[in-house]
Amino acid sequence: MTAREGYKVVAKRPSTLLDKRMHYCPGCFHSTVHKLMMELVEEMEIQDKIVGVCPVGCSVFAYEYMNIDMQEAAHGRAAAVATGVKRMLPDKLVFSYQGDGDLAAIGTAETIHACNRGENFTFIFINNGIYGMTGGQMAPTTLEGQRTSTSPYGRDVAKVGYPLRMAEMVANFEGVAYSQRVTCTNPAETRRCKRAIKKAFEMQMKGLGTTFIEVASNCPSGWKCTPEESVTWIEDKMLPYFPLGVFKDVTKKEKKAEA
Amino acid sequence: MSADVRFMKGNEAIAEAAIRAGLQGYFGYPITPQSEIVEYLAIEEPKHDYVLLQAESEVASANMVYGGAAAGARVMTSTSSPGFSLMQEGVSYIACAQLPCLFVNVARGGPGLGTIQASQGDYFQAVKGGGHGDYRLIVLAPNSVQEMVDYCILGFELADQYRTPALVLTDGSIGQMMEKVVLPPPIAYKPNKPWATTGKPQDRERNAITSLYIESEEMEAVNNELQAKYKAISENEVRYEGYNLDDAEVVLVAYGVTSRVCRKVVDLGRDNGMKVGLLRPQTLWPYPTAAISELADESRVKLFMSVEMSAGQMVEDVRLAVEGRKPVHFYGRTGGIIPTPEEIINAIKAQL
Ligand SMILES: Cc1ncc(C[n+]2csc(CCOP(=O)(O)OP(=O)(O)O)c2C)c(N)n1
Ligand code: SF4
Repeated sequence: MTAREGYKVVAKRPSTLLDKRMHYCPGCFHSTVHKLMMELVEEMEIQDKIVGVCPVGCSVFAYEYMNIDMQEAAHGRAAAVATGVKRMLPDKLVFSYQGDGDLAAIGTAETIHACNRGENFTFIFINNGIYGMTGGQMAPTTLEGQRTSTSPYGRDVAKVGYPLRMAEMVANFEGVAYSQRVTCTNPAETRRCKRAIKKAFEMQMKGLGTTFIEVASNCPSGWKCTPEESVTWIEDKMLPYFPLGVFKDVTKKEKKAEA
Repeated sequence: MSADVRFMKGNEAIAEAAIRAGLQGYFGYPITPQSEIVEYLAIEEPKHDYVLLQAESEVASANMVYGGAAAGARVMTSTSSPGFSLMQEGVSYIACAQLPCLFVNVARGGPGLGTIQASQGDYFQAVKGGGHGDYRLIVLAPNSVQEMVDYCILGFELADQYRTPALVLTDGSIGQMMEKVVLPPPIAYKPNKPWATTGKPQDRERNAITSLYIESEEMEAVNNELQAKYKAISENEVRYEGYNLDDAEVVLVAYGVTSRVCRKVVDLGRDNGMKVGLLRPQTLWPYPTAAISELADESRVKLFMSVEMSAGQMVEDVRLAVEGRKPVHFYGRTGGIIPTPEEIINAIKAQL
């Protein structure tokens, strides 16, 4: 891409992201995370080494945009499918790209056991607190009091339980090498998100175990708000319950337990 | 080189055959009466290159098979009836995504948790499609430990040839029975799967494995492609065996372990002056419809009888083949009971 006269290129579509109109709603972080990942594939020169798995959810069509080898998986089964891929192709970089319904409801068993086995692939977990694809139903990560089409009066935790904190949960498994929650609400956080994914890929290449990146994400359509309002909602409502941060990093020396 | 002859259990034989067929990945969850398959593979694992993984469930193992097959590897799983029910989601996805792999169902009596004794009650599930959508499995039905070996290898080969999942449908009695087997020499398996997702090199388009076709026209085109493939399989891959059919007036139809009992029935019947013959489908899908239809046209044939360890499942396919030209009867036992030759003879006599 050449810059217009008098302009300097500061951002562009990576060659690894196909030049197609995305089906994602305007302002949805799915497209942001796709771009970050494909920038990494270009920068790290891993196009021939990476295989992705995208299960059912809004990102089921990820293979339409990411110019890499990919497999679509059944709803909830991404971790099992990625296990099959990685076990057969241990030298390749494998990731699953899952929504919260997929990873934390229908696929919880697959998620937990892949993490516990220390399957050496990277989870990219898009936590938008709702079922985007099917029209905004309650997810296991829907916040207390949050309205969705199946919790029209707000999530009643006494009836349906509490939102699941997955990044914290998987950090408890011996097999997990890295777990971090990031977001894309501003340029600094977006860059941090990219660094987190890069770190996860690098750790996977070293064979350190499961790497898990949770993105506190948005769903302007399902949340029935503007993209801008969705960012405010993440900052005001989601992050207090789903704090950003690194929950496990085996490359950092363990802190001595205080006496 | 002298033949490699061994005395083996059916389940062990199928595991050994898989290794010799160049198995690269096995994913499975324990269930009686087939656990010897995974146990055998676990013992042999250090001597070979395959990956063995005990999954957290049959739901997961079927999807691990999906991932491994889509990555281009020769992969399989094995289970018994309740486990195969859980795999149906994966089977449907695998069939649509056109991934070659092998399933083994060492069936037990159902429905529900049922019994761990042998059964043929999973026929409908295997040949009519236990999962959703219009798909077929190539279904091979061994009746001996030797055929466990032969059909395991055949299943892998047909799966690759047609890019479709294959199923060995056997039962607890053959899985547990010990017999002499002649093992073939191991093959050096070299997959040729340019469609597999192995990492996109510069010089080819990306590979995407999917079963998702949102546009109706696209989905219909994929269905048409699948149906064309199933038609080719139906034309080329029907396998069956006849025993004393040339002059048979009573035609027994039986597969798997009941076909062994029915061979005895043929001999007993003939000792008693009844001209009994046996048609044994070796492939349950595609089904030997044409062979049965030809017999239905023979004036000497008085009746057909499907003998099964079910409440009457394959008999429907016999009826479809006979198309009302001759009476089609059924004799079956359930609950894991293997019918005796005497009770089958009596059932025939009752119809003559
Ligand atoms: C077995 C099965 N059950 C239900 C569905 C319907 N379904 C499709 S996507 C989805 C949830 C999607 O939510 P999430 O995983 O959070 O992803 P998002 O769309 O929000 O990105 C559901 C319930 C399905 N495809 N398969
Ligand atoms: S429905 Fe929600 S998650 Fe799906 S693309 Fe639209 S905004 Fe994104």
